[in-house]
Amino acid sequence: MPTRKGRPWRDYLLFLAFIAPNFILLGIFSYWPLLYQAYLSLTRWDMIAPTKVFVGANNYRFMFAEPGFHRVLLNTAYFTGAILIGSLVIGLALALLLNQRLRGRTLVRGIVFAPYVLSGAAVGLVWSYIFDPVYGLMRVILDWFGIGSPDWLVNTSWAMPAVIIVYLWKNAGYSAIIYLAGLQNIPNELYDAAKVDGATGWATFRYVTLPQLSPTTFFLTVTTIIFSIQAFDIIAVMTEGGPINATTTLMWYLYQQGFVAFRAGLAAAAGMVLFVLLLVITLVQVFIVQRRVHYS
Amino acid sequence: MEVSLPKTAAKTAQRTTVRRYGVGVLKYALLILVAAIFFVPIFWMASASLKDLREIYTFPPQWIPLTPRWENYVDAWNAAPFGRFYTNTLITTAIGVAAELLFGTMTAYAFVFIPFPKKNLLFLLMLAALMIPIQVTMLPNYLTVANLGWLNTYAGIIVPGASVAFGTFLFRQHFLTLPKEILEAARLEGAGHFQLLTKIVLPLSRPIFVTVGLIALVNKWNDFLWPLIVTNRIDMRVLPVGLAYLFDQEGNSQWGVIMAATIFVVAPILLIFAWAQRHIIAGLTAGATKG
Repeated sequence: MPTRKGRPWRDYLLFLAFIAPNFILLGIFSYWPLLYQAYLSLTRWDMIAPTKVFVGANNYRFMFAEPGFHRVLLNTAYFTGAILIGSLVIGLALALLLNQRLRGRTLVRGIVFAPYVLSGAAVGLVWSYIFDPVYGLMRVILDWFGIGSPDWLVNTSWAMPAVIIVYLWKNAGYSAIIYLAGLQNIPNELYDAAKVDGATGWATFRYVTLPQLSPTTFFLTVTTIIFSIQAFDIIAVMTEGGPINATTTLMWYLYQQGFVAFRAGLAAAAGMVLFVLLLVITLVQVFIVQRRVHYS
Repeated sequence: MEVSLPKTAAKTAQRTTVRRYGVGVLKYALLILVAAIFFVPIFWMASASLKDLREIYTFPPQWIPLTPRWENYVDAWNAAPFGRFYTNTLITTAIGVAAELLFGTMTAYAFVFIPFPKKNLLFLLMLAALMIPIQVTMLPNYLTVANLGWLNTYAGIIVPGASVAFGTFLFRQHFLTLPKEILEAARLEGAGHFQLLTKIVLPLSRPIFVTVGLIALVNKWNDFLWPLIVTNRIDMRVLPVGLAYLFDQEGNSQWGVIMAATIFVVAPILLIFAWAQRHIIAGLTAGATKG
């Protein structure tokens, strides 16, 4: 756009004024807290005492030496991994079904996506009732197959699967609509060509659909990992990290250390571990996207 | 037109029709199964919200309560200050969404239409904030809010989450597609940037404006962790946190009353969703295909 010559500083000032509110907030509540948290992670502090004791890397050393924290990391990997694989597989299956010319598919798309907009706290409560081992709906379904209902939320090996099922139920619709958009972007000519070559349905899916969807799969992989690492509300109402820490993820650990046990240093260290995880995932994304742009 | 087919050909034709029919039936069966899986828990919430204790504690369960117990809603409303929770959620959501739209459009407008040296670097800096969600830095953010004296205030709930990175990104993507000629013409007639934004750019961006607004609305209405840690007085709780509070109070025996309370939380969002799901989906997929 042409600018009145000789007075670019007016535009510069205006630019700064337009972006100021957003950038000031980002500075105070995104960038600065990250630096401050890095410092806090090197101290011991109960959030009340006037002084913080500098302890170097002790918080990290303590955390990574503690068997309880290994459990937390394993739980986080279990939770994130199951949700990643589950939402990719279920999302793709749903998208393939809802992409068919079937009557009522618009309605079903709406139904599948609806849980995504519901409050996690509300969803967690409904599912706590559904998982009730005696009066719950899940028992009815397991009864059809002659399987006895486990004591879902009280049993250390069933609590995590229960939380994962709920999270998948709530978020599968998101993966499905993203995959649907991806499916609709695949040019028809590719399918025509496959047909001419005599490809079967499975071959078409394997050699046309899946490769064409790989950018979508990649986008979903990154967003799903980022969102599931931050999952909190469903765990908070269903299990509170229990039973016996069976559903304590890194996010819940951070909350516990900071706002229940008041160990600011440990909570800050856990926050930094979370941040590094997010940073690595994002850098991998940027790296792969750039490579694809350069070499294809 | 009658053509008599040889016997074998007729048989194959028949077999493929049968097969095609079978596949069609299978697809509809799957569609119904999928709809059931995603609908039944929501139905279950509504149905349980009208059950009395006797109907909750029966097996096999009662799908539709015989005598709906509407008092569950009255009991839930009285068991915790839900009127207050609604007020808090409405205020924090409304101001939060308005701030996000205002800051998002202003920032995106500046990035697209106002010259500034190296502004792409600033844009990258803004996108980098997506890596630092408020959850990850909640401890230092809590300390900042406490030092500002903002615990148990609307400012404490709203302001830290009012910056917009993803929304700005979506607005910028859209602004880049606007025809530059119209803006130049208005410029030559002496319109300033603020006028250009409100009179020309925004009216041309209604769909993306609605979409970003709706996504922000859903997120802020459902927000749980941040309002949980910056409030501890019951009268400053928002709906999702208030719901968890009610659950703690009632324990998991009063499912009817608790389900009535979950309806308080989800009903407004479900209504908005039924009316505007197209816009919400458009925004989420735009982020995926262009990002």
